[in-house]
Parts: sequence; C-alpha cells; structure tokens
Amino acid sequence: MIMATAEHVEHGFWTTYIFSTDHKTIAKQYLAQGLFWTLVGGLLAGAMRWQLAWPDTPIPLMGEIGPEVYNTLVTMHGTIMVFFVAMPILLGAFGNFLIPLMIGARDMVFPRLNMLSVWTFALASLVMLASFLVPGGAASAGWTGYPPLSAKAAYTGVHWGLNLWILGLALEFASFLMGGINYLTTVIALRAPGMTLTRVPLAVWQQLAAATLFLLSVGPLIGGAVMLLLDRTLDTGFYSPDLGGDPLLWQHLFWFFGHPEVYVVLLPALGFVLEVLPVFSRKPIFGYRWIIGATVVAAALSFIVWAHHMFISGMDPRLAMPFSVTTILISVPFAYVVFAMIATLWRGSIRFDVPMLWALGFLTMFIVGGLTGIFNGSAPADLYVSRTYFVVAHFHYTLFSAVVFGGFAGVYYWFPKMFGRMLNGPLGHLHFWLTLIFFNVTFFPMHHIGLAGMVRRIANPLQYDGLVPHQWLNVLATYGALCLLAAQIPFVISILWSWLAGKPAPRNPWNAASLEWAAPSPPPHLNWGPSVPRVYRGAYEYSVPGEREDWLPQDLAPIARP
Amino acid sequence: MMAHLEAEGIPGGITAGKVAVWWFLASEIMVFGGLITSYIVFRLGGSGWAEASHHLSMTLAATNTLVLLTSSYTIVQAFVAAERGGATALRMYLGLTILGGLIFLGIKAVEYTTEIRAGFTPDAGIFWSFYYTMTGLHALHVLGGIVVNGVVLVTEGRGVKNPHRVELAGLYWHFVDVVWIFLFPLLYLA
Amino acid sequence: MLNWLGWLPENVSTYGADVDAIIALIWYTTVVWFVLTFGAIGLLLVLYRRRAGRRAAYVKGERLREALWVLVPVAVVLIIDLWLDFRGAPVWAKVKLERPPAALSIQVTGKQFNWEVVYPGPDGKFGTADDKLFLDELHVPVNRPVRVVLKSRDVIHSFFLPNFRLKQDMVPGREIEGWFQATKPGRFELPCAELCGFGHSGMKGYLYVHPEGEYHRWVKEQWS
Ligand code: HEA
Ligand code: HEA
Ligand code: CUA
Ligand SMILES: [Cu+2]
Repeated sequence: MIMATAEHVEHGFWTTYIFSTDHKTIAKQYLAQGLFWTLVGGLLAGAMRWQLAWPDTPIPLMGEIGPEVYNTLVTMHGTIMVFFVAMPILLGAFGNFLIPLMIGARDMVFPRLNMLSVWTFALASLVMLASFLVPGGAASAGWTGYPPLSAKAAYTGVHWGLNLWILGLALEFASFLMGGINYLTTVIALRAPGMTLTRVPLAVWQQLAAATLFLLSVGPLIGGAVMLLLDRTLDTGFYSPDLGGDPLLWQHLFWFFGHPEVYVVLLPALGFVLEVLPVFSRKPIFGYRWIIGATVVAAALSFIVWAHHMFISGMDPRLAMPFSVTTILISVPFAYVVFAMIATLWRGSIRFDVPMLWALGFLTMFIVGGLTGIFNGSAPADLYVSRTYFVVAHFHYTLFSAVVFGGFAGVYYWFPKMFGRMLNGPLGHLHFWLTLIFFNVTFFPMHHIGLAGMVRRIANPLQYDGLVPHQWLNVLATYGALCLLAAQIPFVISILWSWLAGKPAPRNPWNAASLEWAAPSPPPHLNWGPSVPRVYRGAYEYSVPGEREDWLPQDLAPIARP
Repeated sequence: MMAHLEAEGIPGGITAGKVAVWWFLASEIMVFGGLITSYIVFRLGGSGWAEASHHLSMTLAATNTLVLLTSSYTIVQAFVAAERGGATALRMYLGLTILGGLIFLGIKAVEYTTEIRAGFTPDAGIFWSFYYTMTGLHALHVLGGIVVNGVVLVTEGRGVKNPHRVELAGLYWHFVDVVWIFLFPLLYLA
Repeated sequence: MLNWLGWLPENVSTYGADVDAIIALIWYTTVVWFVLTFGAIGLLLVLYRRRAGRRAAYVKGERLREALWVLVPVAVVLIIDLWLDFRGAPVWAKVKLERPPAALSIQVTGKQFNWEVVYPGPDGKFGTADDKLFLDELHVPVNRPVRVVLKSRDVIHSFFLPNFRLKQDMVPGREIEGWFQATKPGRFELPCAELCGFGHSGMKGYLYVHPEGEYHRWVKEQWS
C-alpha cells in the first residue's frame, strides 16, 4: 500500500518534471537551459572584455589567458549566445509556452516529438560542454567557423573541440527542426474554434515566420557541416583548393543560413514586443495585417542578402552591388514594423509597467542596431567597417536588443502566467534601467573604436599603434560590461522574492485581450477546463468605443444589444 | 487525441501528420539542394570530373535505380492494400519495399568496396569527396526509410489500424527515391 | 566629414575620400532617422501617458487611409535606400572594379602570421631571379597607382590598410588583385583583418610611402 503510493509519487515526479510531454514544462526546461548558458556566455564575455581592457593581466578566477584561449572565448561566446541562449529562450521556451495557449490548444500537436526536441537540445548542450574539456580545448575558429582555419586541426591546434562543436550544432539544429515542424503543424491544425488565421496573435505569427526561416535555411549548412567534418576527419577536399575545393563555399552555405538565422532570433522577440505595446497602450496594434505582410516580405528578402557578409571575401566583386541593394531594401519592411510600433503609442493611454519598459528598450535599441546595419549593407562603406568593432556594435545592438530587451519584455509580461506569481515591480524597474544604461556604456563606444580601425577577434588592441590612443574606450566598454553582468542581480533577487513572497498572480493581471490570459495562472495540464475556449475576435481589441471595459477578451461572447 | 475534436482543423481534411511530413521534407530538400547546387557549381568551374565519374559502375547504378523505382511502386501498392484493410497484401508489399531498400544498400556497398579497392577513396579528389558524401548521405536516408517501413510493418502488419501511417512512410520513401533520381545522372551520367 | 569628428584615421589614398563620403552620407541620413524616431517615441510617451479619465483611441490602422500614416514614411525610406545604392555603386566600382595602369606591382602573400611581400625587381616580372622577398613591409612611391596581387599560403587572411580605406581577404587558391594610390608619404599600419589563428592578434606590417626620389634610392639599395 505505502509502496504503491511511494511508487506512484515517484512516477508522478518523473513524468511531471523530467520526461514530460506538457508544452509548459518543456518550455521551462528550455528556459532553464537557456539561462544556464546565459551565465556561461556572459562570463566568457566578461573574461574577453577584461583581456581587451587590460591585455595579458591575470583575470579573476581565470588567471592570464593567451591569444589561443581568447579565440576560444570569442568563438564559444558567439556560438553559445546565438544557438544556446537566444534560440532556446526566444523559440524553445516562449514558442512552446505561448503557441498552444494563444491559439487555444491543449498542447502541441506532437507532444512526444516536443519532448524529443528538448532532450536532443540537452544532448547538444552536453556535447558543447564536453568540447571545453577535451584536450586542445574548445573550438576557436570564430562562431562562423571559416575554413581552411576550421578544416585542419593544425591551423588552430584544436582537434576534438571543433569536431564536437560541429556535432553539438548539428544536434541543436535537429532539436529546433523538430520544434519548428511542431510549431508550424500545431498552428495549422489545432487552432480553437473561431481562431481564424487573421485572429492569431502576432507573437504566434512571428514564431511561425522564425520557424519557417530556420526550416528552409539550415539545410545547406547541415550539408556544409557534413563536408567540414569530412574535411577534418577523412581529408576530403571540399574546402581545400589543393584538392579542387574552395574555402568560399563554406561562407556561402553558412551565410545563406546565417542571415535568416539572425531574423530567427529577431522575429520572436519582435513578436513579444508587438504583444506588449498594445496592452500597455490600451490600443489595438497599428495595422495587424500590414505587419504580417511586412514580416513575410522581410523573411523572403532575407534569403537573397547573404553575400553582404562577403563583400570583401574575394567573391566576384561584381556581385557586391546587387546584394547591397537587396540588403538595404530590407530596411523597408522593418521600417514599416518600427513605424507601426510607434503609431501604436499615438493616442494611446500608456502605462509604464516593467514589461512595457523592456519593450520600449527593444524598440529604441533595435532602431540603433538596424541603422548601423545600413553602413554594413552599403558595399563601399562596408569596405571600411567590415571586420571591425563597428560590426560588433551593430550586431550587439540588434541581437542583444532581441534576446535581452525583447526576451525580458516577454519574461516580465508572461512570468505571472508561467509561474502563477507576480514579480517585484521596483526591482524590475531597477533591472531595466541598469541594463539599459550599462548596455549602452558597453557597446556604444564600439562604434567609435570600430571606425577608428579596431578589427574583430584580436586579443590585444595595444599591439596596434593606431588603437593605443583609443584604448580608454575599451576600458570604458569593459567597465560597462562588468556592470552589465552585475545589473542582472536584481532580476535574480526578483525571482527569489516572487518565489518566496510574490503574491499569487490573477488570471489576467494586465487586462490583456489575447487568449492565454483566459487560462488559469499557471495553466493546468491540458490548459483548458472541460472544453477549449471559443474565439470571437482578434487579439487587440482595446478601448473599443461603447464598451465599459477598455479591453475585449478574444473569448468573450458578444452580447446582443438593442 | 481529444484536441483534434476541439480545433478549427485543416481545410480539406488533410491530417496533421501529413502537414508535418511535408515540412520535414521541405527541410530535407534544402539539405540535398545545397549539396547538389554546390556540386553543380564546382563541376561547372572545374575540370577532370567526367574522367573521374567514368570509373563508376553504370550497370550497378542503373540496377539500383530500377530497384528503387520498383520499391516506390510496391509501397504505393502497400498503401492501396492498407486502405482496403488487407493486412496480408500490406505485409507482402511493405516487405518487398524493405527488401528493395536492402538490395539497394547491398549494391551500394559493393560499389563502395570496389571503388575503394581501386584507390578512389573520399580524399582521392573533389569528385570523390562529393560522390561519397552525397551517396553516403542518401544511403543513410534509405536506411532510415527501411527502419520507418519496418516499424509500420510491425504496427500495421497484423490488422491495419490506420492506413494513414503507410501513406506517410510512402511520402518519405518517394522523397528518398527522388533524391536518387537526381544523384544518378549527376554523378554517373554527366 | 567624419574625420572632422576625428573618428576615422587620416585618409591618404586617392579613393579614400569617396569611401568616407559614402560613410558620411549614410551617417547623416541615419542620424536624421534616429532623431525622428527617437523624437517621436519620446514625444508620444509624454503626450499619451496614462491620465485619469482619458481613454485611448480605437485606431486599428488596417484601412489604407490610416495605414498611409506609416506607408508614406516607408516610401521615403525606400527612396533613400535607392539613393544610397545609387551613390555607393560608383565608389565600389572605383575601388574594386576599375584598375588604373599601375606603375608597380607587388605580390603579398598572407601566411600564419606574416605578410610575405615579393617585388618583381628591375625586370618587372615575378618568378625570376631578381625577385626580392620582404617580411611585413611594403615600400611604394607616393602619387603612383600601385597594384597588389593578394594570395594566401594557409588560411584566410585579410589585407587591411585603414588609412587607405582598403580591405581585401586573401583566400588560399585565389589570386585577388587590389590597387591603391598614396597621396602622402609616411608609415602606415597594415593589420590582418580576418581571424587566422592564435597569431591573428598582432599579425600586422607596415606600408612605407616614399617621396619619388627617396623611393628610387630605396630601390637602388635593394637591387644593387
Ligand atoms: C538580430 C540580429 C540582427 C539583425 C536584426 C540584423 C539586421 C541587419 N543587419 Fe546585421 N548582423 C548580425 C545580426 C543582425 N543584423 C550579426 C550577428 C552580424 C555579424 C555576423 C558575424 O560576422 O559574426 C551582422 C552583420 C551584418 C553585416 C555584415 C557586416 C560585415 O561583417 O562586414 C551586414 C551587411 O550588410 C548587416 C546588415 C544588416 C541589415 C541591413 C539589417 C537590417 O535588417 C536592419 C533593418 C532595420 C532598420 C534599418 C531600422 C528600422 C528602420 C528605420 C528606423 C527607418 C529608417 C532607415 C533607413 C532610411 C535605412 N549585418
Ligand atoms: C545574443 C547574442 C549575444 C549577446 C547577448 C552578447 C553579449 C555580450 N557580448 Fe557578444 N557576441 C555575440 C553575440 C552576443 N553577445 C556574437 C555572435 C559575437 C561574434 C563572435 C565571433 O566573432 O565569432 C560576439 C562577440 C563579442 C565581442 C567581440 C569579440 C571579438 O571580436 O574579439 C565582444 C567584445 O566585447 C562581445 C562582448 C559582449 C558582452 C560584454 C556581452 C554582455 O552583454 C554579456 C553580459 C551578459 C548579460 C548581460 C546577460 C544578458 C541576458 C541574456 C543574454 C539572456 C536573457 C534572459 C532572458 C530573457 C530570460 N561579444
Ligand atoms: Cu592573418 Cu588574421
Ligand atoms: Cu546578415
């Protein structure tokens, strides 16, 4: 009898928390892994910054590092932040948590496939961790892993580290392919009654766009990765000219994926912000259909811009201008989205709760990052800024705003729904302002030092006469970076606080109209009670004239009026 | 699944499984698409490819093409049988399909060994690098298809519960077949 | 120009000014948009902050009449984009596509972790006995178009002359041509701009631009 219950409890534990097929649990498993990697990626960045400000001085807890270690730090920082922080958090966690709740489904259409995907990701994480421990250390050929440098162990001195890097990425790709197929099929097949495609919230649309981009762009790189692995292990010659291969092949395959990939990271974050802005402006999003259209246009364009990473790579220089044109054209759809966000504020009734702050942080910082993208996009300008810290500044203003500002907008907005507790408001404000300030202290100087001629992936700026007078900027950026890490402490405290003393979250703390707020906080297994909700309208019905409340939930049945 | 009953569902009664398989195949197409495009671009740029490809065995490859095409036919028959609920016919046709896959792999193995014996290893030149990578990746897909068909054979073999599964397995198997239809001329004929 | 702001290093090449002009043009346009967008956001946040008893307007922005508020600025963006391409194309062509008849050809080969600089010598031909190899230093005459043939021995390196606004990767298996013309004598840094291994940091050389006479004296010293 007692045995039986004990058994039952244990069984319950395993299927509830570890091998769960519940999309909400899987979302949390992605979130947990993403946060773990955030810590790793952040600390690597801290070490990098230390070395750049005070070259060849011992780093606390790490000691002195040579250029080999520095290259490993850069490579793994980039790899981790893009593939093991951005994707698991923005797609893995939020995609899984939001899609079923927002379309009124009880779970993903293939729950077991979903579990398989999160565990494949865990395996990928283990492989990446292992790559730090093997003799020779982890990969050090840049997150872009250009051959020949990456194709022969002799060039970097990294043997197994780089093979495991390829394997780890392959597993990560597999994980998100399973996830993406699941997302797309779920939205096609499991929308609640009345949830037509033109009523699906933009956060879901952006997840779909991201999943599609990933699905259609990663294939060639998978092929390329197989070739790279064979070049390393079987001495095939895909990337070595002596055997008839060509190093540039990799760059084409990588960037055909690489550019869509940065939008795979951007779009989900864009989705969160597109949810938060209307709620805290109490106003419908400006031009729902147009935004979907702009997203589709941007996504389509992103497949024909990849060579903007290769203007000076040695490819036929006549190809540069055509790619330059397509690249700069991408600013048109994004301009639409940005302006639509601004127009949403117009004549709103704006509340400055913590999620709104992060959303506005995303909007403003993304504009900066997007505008610097135009310098890179213009072939003649890129001639100078390419491979410099100007580019580093550009992609932190874009990536960081997506992952951190967009990501935290999502975290602070949906935390009550996810965990059933409210977060601490004042701590949230503190967290936001510190992050915003020190983010800019860290990365804004990089524009300047990049234009001054500082190239990327160097361990010691003082080796260059031209940079010595600008070194104070590196020091400034480093102080910024260390404070930026420290600025995350209020978030941690806020989590602990809500865990211990946070007040239970009501069903709909923000008076939001979209469907996920119709479920209890946190939603039970299978989300909805006896029957799934019925949907009567779009997700952005705020301040509708003649209504008493200033929001109309999607599932609120219309009452006949005289 | 109760969830299905509560959803808008897909117009035209297409099943979720089918949608998923199509998305999966789309990504697969991009994998082989990337490889094949790289191969063509390189081949147009370089020289000595035709000579290298002459060392391949046309007859064996042609036989293999025939084998795969037949197996595609048999899996269609398997689906027909499944819809009729004829478990016996289903077992036979699926069995034949799997057999076809195995024969294909067997012949491929013979090819590989003879070529490697002749000194044409993957590092013998760019053509051989492509040859082994593309056919090898394809062979892995054939193996995967055999496993899938095997699973369906076990689950549906004794009394067809959902013929739908046979259809999905068939979709994938056709894809594997089509890839070969591209590889064969590109590697052996051109 | 940006140099007034002391951002870019001094330009000493004939086409550098055109590159700077494009960077400046983009800088001014984007700064305008930066000010407009940030200004608008700031203004709207203040004007429409939550006030007791005031309800937000119900504007969906779906109908074309409303959407035009956004579509018109977007159209402006489109025009600016095309303008930037239109202005940029000739500059790109000048640096990367046109090749003025060169007074002198130099072969630069990147290898982990040096620049191998080969001069053809008096006979002006490479691969002959009078070729001369220098490590990490180039010498060129001022005001003369110089042709560089860029190669690599092992991995990808990148030939970067910040003061000349010239950057070009060196790819194993390729011979990539570049050119520049110095407008001012002096000693200029030549860093490698592509990650090429543990020695990438600090892989650099110097380009010495000599006045005409001085350059000929240098040539005499080397080939006599
Ligand atoms: C989320 C990530 C993200 C996003 C959204 C973007 C967005 C853009 N990126 Fe960025 N990019 C990266 C991540 C990202 N990028 C990364 C990681 C790298 C480095 C990779 C590496 O080498 O390691 C990189 C590198 C990179 C390069 C290569 C630089 C080099 O190595 O030489 C280029 C070149 O064209 C480029 C261009 C652009 C453009 C044109 C956009 C556009 O999408 C921006 C569009 C948005 C706007 C323009 C702002 C909104 C519009 C307005 C406010 C209206 C006014 C605008 C105009 C009038 C133009 N990016
Ligand atoms: C998402 C992407 C991302 C993020 C967040 C960061 C964060 C940081 N990055 Fe990095 N970086 C890259 C992506 C990213 N980076 C890439 C792709 C490269 C190129 C690599 C290469 O060249 O190969 C690069 C390269 C790079 C360089 C250039 C190195 C060189 O070329 O030599 C530098 C130098 O200062 C740097 C610094 C930093 C610093 C100080 C931070 C700090 O912000 C880190 C401090 C950490 C935090 C403040 C935590 C923030 C929280 C999260 C990230 C998760 C959010 C959580 C939730 C939403 C729940 N990064
Ligand atoms: Cu050579 Cu970097
Ligand atoms: Cu890009």
